[in-house]
Parts: sequence; structure tokens; C-alpha cells
Amino acid sequence: MIRFEHIVKRLAGRNVLDDLSFEIHTGEVFVIVGPSGTGKSVTLKHMAQLLRPTSGTVWVDDVEASACEGRELERLRERFGYLFQGGALLGWLTVAENVALPLEEKTELPEDEIARRVHEALEMVDLENAANQFPGEISGGMQKRAGLARAIVRRPEIVLYDEPTSGLDPVTARTIDRLIQHLNRDLGVTSVVVTHDMQGALSIGTRVAMLHGGRFVEVSTPRTFVDSPCPEVQQFLEAQYITHESFFAKSGTK
Amino acid sequence: MITREPFEYPENATRQECLILAAREGLAVTGRAVLLGVRALRALPSLRRTKGRNEFMRQMYICGIESLPVITVVALFTGMILAFQTGIELRRYNQEVYIGSAVMVSMLREMGSFITGLILGACVGSAMAAQLGTMTVNDEIAALETMSIDPVRFLVTPRIAAMMIMTPILSFYTCMIGSLGGGVVGMTQLNVPWAQYMSNALEFARAKELFVGLLKALIYGIIITTVSCNEGLTATQGAVGVGDATRRAVIISFLLVLIVGYFVTRFFY
Repeated sequence: MIRFEHIVKRLAGRNVLDDLSFEIHTGEVFVIVGPSGTGKSVTLKHMAQLLRPTSGTVWVDDVEASACEGRELERLRERFGYLFQGGALLGWLTVAENVALPLEEKTELPEDEIARRVHEALEMVDLENAANQFPGEISGGMQKRAGLARAIVRRPEIVLYDEPTSGLDPVTARTIDRLIQHLNRDLGVTSVVVTHDMQGALSIGTRVAMLHGGRFVEVSTPRTFVDSPCPEVQQFLEAQYITHESFFAKSGTK
Repeated sequence: MITREPFEYPENATRQECLILAAREGLAVTGRAVLLGVRALRALPSLRRTKGRNEFMRQMYICGIESLPVITVVALFTGMILAFQTGIELRRYNQEVYIGSAVMVSMLREMGSFITGLILGACVGSAMAAQLGTMTVNDEIAALETMSIDPVRFLVTPRIAAMMIMTPILSFYTCMIGSLGGGVVGMTQLNVPWAQYMSNALEFARAKELFVGLLKALIYGIIITTVSCNEGLTATQGAVGVGDATRRAVIISFLLVLIVGYFVTRFFY
């Protein structure tokens, strides 16, 4: 469980997060949507403590994450996998070496086991053929998928996805969505997804939250979300041609 | 945790308050840089691991081998200029045979380590700041942190170790090439025979000069790496921030090489 209590984050003279409080339950897929620049990635970075709140507290289970330092912070982060917007791969390592990095650096696993798990992770994101290529030699979408393989290779309890499908073709985007669902349903991974892609958000999210003005203006299940009276939500849905009818026609219910 | 937020003055702060805050931030930045250097040095035993050793060897190649061409040219011409200028003056007193000692002592005591420090600061330090800065703004450093991999141990320690080894070696190389350049000028421009130049140079080359020069080079290596890595790791605001970090890394490295060089010389002589 991740809990934000009255988080305020001040950046460049404005409150990017303004008294933000919410809770993410263990085993759910929590999707954060919202216009650009509203602090979605900032929220995600607070979960892994890559940013510290100006005020307020972040809890991960019974650990006060926002107060963790040193070894305690390291232990906390070991519970997370993080997919960054651009993949954030190290340019001088091959795709396979990038994926193997957390296992080589933080575990005592034998080499053949590492190789097996790297292959498995790359297979999940359909990148086994690019294992020996360098990040500079593959497309942005492939880099992102390699970043995802690296995020999940250590089998973390919580995976944070920052724009996992942006820049991907629709087929690959849906593959990533299915992978997030698979990790959630079959392995019990708690997922927090930041995205602009409402189709994906509504199909994979256990709950969807709309961030606007530094706070959530709506937090609800996908079904309730599409019927939200909140004007910001409706505007966001309409911009992606999602209506009550189209959503329920797709999900096959009314 | 690597700081990834730019320093900001509070709104409605007076000029005096801004000055105080800027001074405090300056001290904090200096403290963080020193701490970074100490942490990197404390993590030196991690290089025994294969992964760390590979990165260390890669950095040795970048710092040492890739800097060789420019160092050779600069050292050669510095020695030549030094010999020529000293020779012109000494010739007025028919003492040009002593250019060997003048070149050798200047190179060993000061110029060898100083030139190496400046070249490595400009070539290697700027590259370190730019690379780590780009990694910072591209979230690669954050990615390492979320994997619980210490970026200081993973990135700074191999660089500082490589520089600690390569800077003294390159400094010695600079001294030798500079002395050779001086010999060439002595032979071709000042009619000083090669054998006489060399015997005069070696006569005045004492162990103390060599070791103080190498010690300075070692210190410069640590300073350049610490400053450059610190600037890179604290870069913010995209490409502009990386450019700023690189510029600051070179300027601070140059200034510190000059200032620290003076104090080390003052301590030994």
C-alpha cells in the first residue's frame, strides 16, 4: 500500500502538487491521467523517493518513505521497479546488459540464472532479438520496452510506469497494456501507471485518477470514471473520442 | 540521493537575503562535492569486482590513451617554447648550455603536472560532466537509484581511480616530451649539443621535483574528477543545464588546479 498524506511539492515557484492525499492498495493497477505539466511524473517520483516532498508524508506500507535515508531507502527502492519515460538505458551497455544490471549489482544469482531471467524478461517485451544491440541502435519504442524489461526483471512488488505506451505503435501499446495486466493478475504486482492514453488507462486500470491543479479531481473505477461529472475529466475523455457509449459498447455492458 | 532540483530564491526575498542564501548554497554545493569525492574514494575497493574493473579499464583508456595525442603536442611545444625563451635570455650571457636544466626543472616542478591538469580538465573533465549531466537529465541516474545502485560507486569511483593513476603517468610523460622538445630547440636553434643538453637536464632533475610534481598531478586528478562528476550529477533543466554544468566543471577545475598547485608548491618549497 502506498499512501500520500497532504503532499505539497513546490517547483519553479509553484505548487506542482498541492495538498495531495490518496492511497494505492496492494495488488491494484492505479492509473494517473491528466494534461501535461500537472505533476503526474512528479507524483510517481515521490513514490520511489527520487523527489522529496516540500511538505507532507509518503508511506509505503508501514515505512515512512519520505523520511528514509541510506540503507533503509535502498531497501525500500528494492521493492520498486521503475519504467522511465525514455527508457533511461545506459548507452554503453547492450540491451541484455542493461536488463541484467539490477541482478548483477544487487543479487548473488549465478550467471546462468541471470541470463535465463534476462531472456525471460526480454521475451515478455518481445525484444529477445535485440539483446545484443546498444540502446543507440534501437528505436525509442524498443528502448522503452527494454526499460520495462529492466524494471520487471528483479520481480519487484510495485512497478511504476511513466508513460509506458507513449511513442509506441497501437499494437505494441496494447501488448504493453496486456503485460501490465499480466504482471498484476498473475504475479500480484502493484502497478502505478502514468499515461495520457485513456484507452489503455480504462482497459487496465483498477482505478483511474485524474490529476489537475496539483490534486486529484476524480479517483474512481474506469466505469465510474467515464461518467464522472467533473468537467476536466469529460474534457480529457472527449479529446480522445471516448464517450459513455463507446466505452460501454467496447466493454460489452451498460 | 542525487539532488535534482535547481536552487531557487524564495519569492519576495530581499537582496540581502538572496546574498546570504547564495553564500549558504555555495557552501552546501562545496560540501556536497567534497562528500562526493570522499564517497568515491571510500568505494575504491568495489573495483575488485569484475564489473567495476571493466568500467575502470574503460575509463583508463578514455583518460589516458585518448588524451595522449593532444598532450604530446602541447607538451612538445611547451618544452620548445620554454627552451627557446630561456635560451634567448641565457645566450646574452653565453650560458645557453643550461637550457636543459631550466626546461627539466620547470617541467618537473610545475609545468608537467599543470599542463596535464589543464588538458585533462578541458578534455576529460568536460566529457565527464557532459556525460553524467546528460545521464542525469535523461533519468539514467534516477534509474540507477531506483535499482538501488549507488551512482557514486558505479560511475564516479571508476573515473576517480582511473584519473588517479593516469594523471601522474601523463604528467611524467608530459615532462619527458617537454624536455625532448626543449632538446630539439636547443640543438637546432641554440647550437646546444643533444648530449650536453641531456646531461645538464638530468644533472638538475632531482627526485623531490619529480615526486612533488607527481603528487600534484594525483591531486589534480582527484579534483578534476570530483568537480566534473559533481557538476554532471547535479545538472538540471535539460540540454541547457548540461551545457552550464560542463562550463562550470571546466572553469572550477582550472581555478582549483591553479590555486591548489600554488599551495602544494608553497608547502614543499
